[in-house]
Amino acid sequence: MVTLTVNGSRRGFDGDEDMPLLWYLRENLNLKGAKFGCGIAECGACTVLMDGSAVRSCSVAMATADGAEITTIEGLATDGELTAVQRAWVELDVPQCGYCQAGQIMAATDLLNQVPTPNDGEIDAFMTNICRCGSYTRIRAAIHRAAELRRGES
Amino acid sequence: MSAAPNTTSTRRDVIKFAAVGASLVVAAPLTGLPRRAWGDEADSAIGFFIRINADNSVVIGYPNPEMGQGVATSLPMLVAEELDADWSRVTTTQMPLSISRNDDGSLRWTHVGQGAGGSNSISGHWQALRQAGAVARKLLLRAAAERWDVSEAMLTTSEGVVRHAASGRSAPYGDLAADAGRQAPPEGEVALKPRQDFEIIGTPQPHKDLEKIVTGQPLFGIDAEMDGMLHAVIARCPYFDGEVKALDDSAARAVDGVRDIVKIDRPPLGEPYTVLAAGVAVVADSLWAAMKGREALKIEWGRGPHADESTAGLERHCAELLEGEGQIVRDDGDFPAVMDAAAETFEATYWVPYVSHATLEPQVCIAHVYDEGCRILGPIQMPAAAQRMANRLTGIDRLSIDVQMTRLGGGFGRRLTVDYVAEAVLVSQAMGAPVKVQWTREDDLKHDRYRPAGLHQLRAGLDGDGALVAWTQRLASPSKYYRRPNMTDDRLWQSELLPDDFPAQLVPNLRLEYFAAQSGAPRDSWRAPAHTANAFVIQSFLDEIAAARGEDPLAFRLRLLGESRDLDYGNHGGPTFNPGRLAHVLSLAAENAGWGARLPEGQGRGLACHFTFGGYAAHVVDVAVDSDGALRVLNVVTAVDIGIVVNPNHVRAQMEGGVCDGLSTALGQEITIRGGRVEQQNFDTYRMMRIDGSPARIETHIVASDAEPKGMGEMGTPPLAPALTNAIFAATGKRIRRLPIADQLRA
Repeated sequence: MVTLTVNGSRRGFDGDEDMPLLWYLRENLNLKGAKFGCGIAECGACTVLMDGSAVRSCSVAMATADGAEITTIEGLATDGELTAVQRAWVELDVPQCGYCQAGQIMAATDLLNQVPTPNDGEIDAFMTNICRCGSYTRIRAAIHRAAELRRGES
Repeated sequence: MSAAPNTTSTRRDVIKFAAVGASLVVAAPLTGLPRRAWGDEADSAIGFFIRINADNSVVIGYPNPEMGQGVATSLPMLVAEELDADWSRVTTTQMPLSISRNDDGSLRWTHVGQGAGGSNSISGHWQALRQAGAVARKLLLRAAAERWDVSEAMLTTSEGVVRHAASGRSAPYGDLAADAGRQAPPEGEVALKPRQDFEIIGTPQPHKDLEKIVTGQPLFGIDAEMDGMLHAVIARCPYFDGEVKALDDSAARAVDGVRDIVKIDRPPLGEPYTVLAAGVAVVADSLWAAMKGREALKIEWGRGPHADESTAGLERHCAELLEGEGQIVRDDGDFPAVMDAAAETFEATYWVPYVSHATLEPQVCIAHVYDEGCRILGPIQMPAAAQRMANRLTGIDRLSIDVQMTRLGGGFGRRLTVDYVAEAVLVSQAMGAPVKVQWTREDDLKHDRYRPAGLHQLRAGLDGDGALVAWTQRLASPSKYYRRPNMTDDRLWQSELLPDDFPAQLVPNLRLEYFAAQSGAPRDSWRAPAHTANAFVIQSFLDEIAAARGEDPLAFRLRLLGESRDLDYGNHGGPTFNPGRLAHVLSLAAENAGWGARLPEGQGRGLACHFTFGGYAAHVVDVAVDSDGALRVLNVVTAVDIGIVVNPNHVRAQMEGGVCDGLSTALGQEITIRGGRVEQQNFDTYRMMRIDGSPARIETHIVASDAEPKGMGEMGTPPLAPALTNAIFAATGKRIRRLPIADQLRA
């Protein structure tokens, strides 16, 4: 039996512990925000926070998630209040197709938690998620904007 | 077979919305409107595209699928403009496919064409959707005139309110919608606003679905579900046109949750495609069970007729073809004689690889084939093609096949092909239940319809005055016309060489020659299809000529393009091509990039321009290449002219995306073939650009124009690769003639 916390709720799972966390979130919990892109931790579309750090949930087996605290894109906003990263994404109208953006936002959230004011080089080194549409310049600008918003918040 | 599906409430709403819409068509081009009774939704719906709620919020339906190109916002902007809606109160929704049958049995679009391809959505619906908004506004005006017993001519509208200035009365649209629905529809077309009165068109607008995207709402095909749905994954034959030779599914059937195994045959060799590959579907209660079941399959594949094919072999095959004589598809003047007599001659050969669409959302589709009909739900780019496919596979009448489009996690041309729909229909038919067929990345990369590879030989001659007087492009490639119905060999060139493309009509002696190469790899349209290959070779070759002559690459192109005038253009995007407009975007980008300035050692600046599907685009790319051959793209300055601009924000987004797509593809993307199968498995071997490869800055200049509007989905991509390789040449003196660039600079 795997127990974990997802967006603040305690959950138990007694299925196949080899199953990736991504499918548990999407299929068992109906949290469709994390996306499937590659299944081998290359593209980052499935990025969620696990104990505060960005992980590629397609490559985290349920057994590994035992005891973990998971935050998905659905768990970022509280009472409908978007986080600074989400607001920056809205302000700069970052998405095109939008498929990768939940993963991008989760990765950017972790980056800003670690490096509150990242420069372009730090953004480029940390953000390895693929955006097939090529919204990269807006992602970079949105991370800078989110850093500003977070400074304003705190 | 099973019973008709239970629809969710959301689903039912959409159907009602559509059904009501069918009762009052406000989609032009129409000279009149059918006078039919309103349904019980009359309070809220005005035609197919518009629903006005009692709280004055407005829902505008968009007919074409959204895949990142922004039509979920830009198409409703056309309606809202003429409706005089309050754009801040507008939400938008995807309309399902709507097809009707004529009295003679033929089928027609009920309202407007639906689907996305060829950058056609804006240009194709520019009149119809504005007319839809204008008709609805007219009905609201009539309702107000009747209620207040005043002349319609004395009424004005703005931001969702009708006003009668003389009496000071006003009514929001929500109060008038029900009455509007009872008004006689206007005869003929309603006059549209003059362009100077536009208040929504031409303003930068964000995506209407932005908040849903950043909060992870289930918008995409992969997120969709049907009640009682089973999950399937398919083990597909990795060999082109191969078969299932032997199957042992006993271990797969023993996997907990696996319901059944369904074999899928490939279409007969050479026949139009249905599915792309023979395969074995594992159907299960959950996606994970289906995936585990697939792993447990033991399959011996028949290697098919292309088992010896390799990329190196294909290139040799193309080179051999070029040694012979091909099919001449354009022949102006007397190319051979003028070439022989030319004062200077140039020749270069370029290789363009197969590339994959690699939509980040892998293919996925849900189908439910039941007794009397079929439902299809997924990221569908071509809903009518999906419906035709389901009809062909099941025999179910097309009007009983319901096709609903979700948001697409990228398109790029991949989903013009409905093989992934065909699979879902076949498996659902076999199971008698709704089935979601989910592809993995490996499935997707190995079973795409790739952009054709090709070997391009270019030759040119200049006269004693340095004028370009002779030009030929000789292309050997496997045509993208793959398994196309009714295709003949003598027309295979039509998708690969575009006879009216630049520099045709600007060089007096010009010959285009095509050689149809053989390959087992499925091929089809990849964003801006042939333009990506042709822009690369044409704009590279011009650069080579200019460089060899010591001429400025900008001046050389401007001299060739000349003044503004319309030339005939019979390919898609015509009927005319204006070289002056192309020269203008090139100049505009060059000026803003500081063309001509000296750059530091190790840096280079390159440019290129191209006319794609009616749009003119130019890029100036700055690169730095260090002594180890490491390449960095610094800045990209772009200019685009697509006529009237509907949403400048998304024009910029498409230019930014087009630049990154072109860059990612030029830098690292290549599908290679060995032993009749694709070698790349996933993103570890198919190299997609990350943020660290993207330009530091992309600056877009949009030409203000009153010309008829064109789309924006594709024109940003073609000129990028040559602008990049021209910049690399400027920085290093090394000419890139093969894509992708990969590690060529490190050699």
